[in-house]
Amino acid sequence: MTEHASQLPEPPRPEPPLEHRPYWDGLREHRLVLQRCARCGKLRHYPRPLCDACYSMDVEWSEVEARGTLHSWTVTHHPFHPGFKRQVPYCTVTVDLAEGVRLQAPLRDASAAALEPGMAVTIDYEDIDAELTLPCVRLVGRA
Amino acid sequence: MAGAFSLADKAVVSGVGETVFARETNRSQLALTLEASLAAIADAGLDPKDIDGVIPYGAGGIVAEDFITNFGLPDLRYSATTPMGGASPVAALQSAAMAVATGVARHVLVALGRGSIAGGRITKRLAEMPQMRIVGEFEMPLGTNAPAQFYAHMARRHMLLYGTTREQMAEVAMTCRRHAQMNERAMMRKPMTREDYFAARMIAEPFGLFDCSLESAGGCAVVVSSAACARDLRQAPVWIGGVAEGHPDSPSAITQRPDMTRFGIAKAAPKAFAMAGVSHADIDVAEIYDCFTWVVINQLEDLGFCAKGEGGAFVEGGRIGLGGELPINTHGGLLSEAHIAGMNHIVELVRQLRGQCGERQVADAEVGLVTGFGDLGDGALAIMHR
Repeated sequence: MTEHASQLPEPPRPEPPLEHRPYWDGLREHRLVLQRCARCGKLRHYPRPLCDACYSMDVEWSEVEARGTLHSWTVTHHPFHPGFKRQVPYCTVTVDLAEGVRLQAPLRDASAAALEPGMAVTIDYEDIDAELTLPCVRLVGRA
Repeated sequence: MAGAFSLADKAVVSGVGETVFARETNRSQLALTLEASLAAIADAGLDPKDIDGVIPYGAGGIVAEDFITNFGLPDLRYSATTPMGGASPVAALQSAAMAVATGVARHVLVALGRGSIAGGRITKRLAEMPQMRIVGEFEMPLGTNAPAQFYAHMARRHMLLYGTTREQMAEVAMTCRRHAQMNERAMMRKPMTREDYFAARMIAEPFGLFDCSLESAGGCAVVVSSAACARDLRQAPVWIGGVAEGHPDSPSAITQRPDMTRFGIAKAAPKAFAMAGVSHADIDVAEIYDCFTWVVINQLEDLGFCAKGEGGAFVEGGRIGLGGELPINTHGGLLSEAHIAGMNHIVELVRQLRGQCGERQVADAEVGLVTGFGDLGDGALAIMHR
């Protein structure tokens, strides 16, 4: 079966509920903005209604440092979603953010063969269109 | 746990059954579920109208009402679902055992059918599940869309922490394939060499094609009956000695899990072993959920057959093959028999403990273990004996 690139669907888009908007709005402004418990201050990602430490439902959103270290990764060869057929093979990494939670995003400008656990990385931003910006990851010193 | 009600030997698996396994079928999920159910009920020596409890597969489109309608059940007294992906069938054994131990029901049917994959490929099925909402928002748009990719991050982490290798993962794939060659129902019976394993295309590193389970159409079912009626049934009863389910931390997002290499089954295993009153050395045969080769290695650790990080070495040297210290997946598993979400693992363990497995029979199998794994890390195990 041959498929022309123009016929391939786009990757799936996030459909965030209202409560998650500050995260996605932050990405659009090229800032990493995460949810934090407004009572006890515990940072959490992914967003959720309740703090599992103090059970408060009061939340605030705060910008965190867009850097961290490599926790794990994979290189995808099989396009499970047709929207990624043009991109295979691509590397996706799990990052320990400096402030404690993790983020998963595609690696840019580096080969997976060069990766080692604990390597320093920065989070960068890719504007998909006017409404959507997605995070990506770059090795420190290769940006 | 002191004083907790124990399910030990309160329930038996009285019947097991399945359909033909294939890659494609023109039959519906419901038809496959019912055909497997009829086979299991007949195996138990029961009539469909004897069924008074039903646990359909949580992730499927089949509901208890389908069984009332098709069997003409006069009085269904218990129904439940255990929506834990591939851990659902084994978790359902716990729920069924609870139902018959308390007298709520006498014969609980646990049934699962999977229709053709055409039009229902894994990424589509996954994206529609409520427990996938979070990864659907935060990971799928970035290119992580299927279990092979979600679990690849865990497997890589295990390799980084403990030095686990693809050579060791190949042992799992080749062992399952060898066992499948002795199973006429198995979808994949062609011999697999180490060269075949390494020559296969990569899917999501470190997983190559032969690290990944099959996609299958078919059905499996088991009947769980109360201990009180065990002796009246057609087959020798297989007793549920210990059973438990467990959920990992951060169950809906592996990315945020403090220790990516600790599955929910790590929490369940000590409870099931204590309930059954057996040790790891007592286990004669184990059917370990094998959606991916590495998932077997990690479960062997979380089950306590070896220490964390030693699962790779554990599967080397023929230990997990027939004739080895701990034969696993004697039917070929999800990797080589069929992917019936692990209900086929329960069916196989029951037949092993009845001594019905012919060429692939583990000699004198008295005590066995079956696990389920799914939904990004949920787990369940049952320890059974004859």
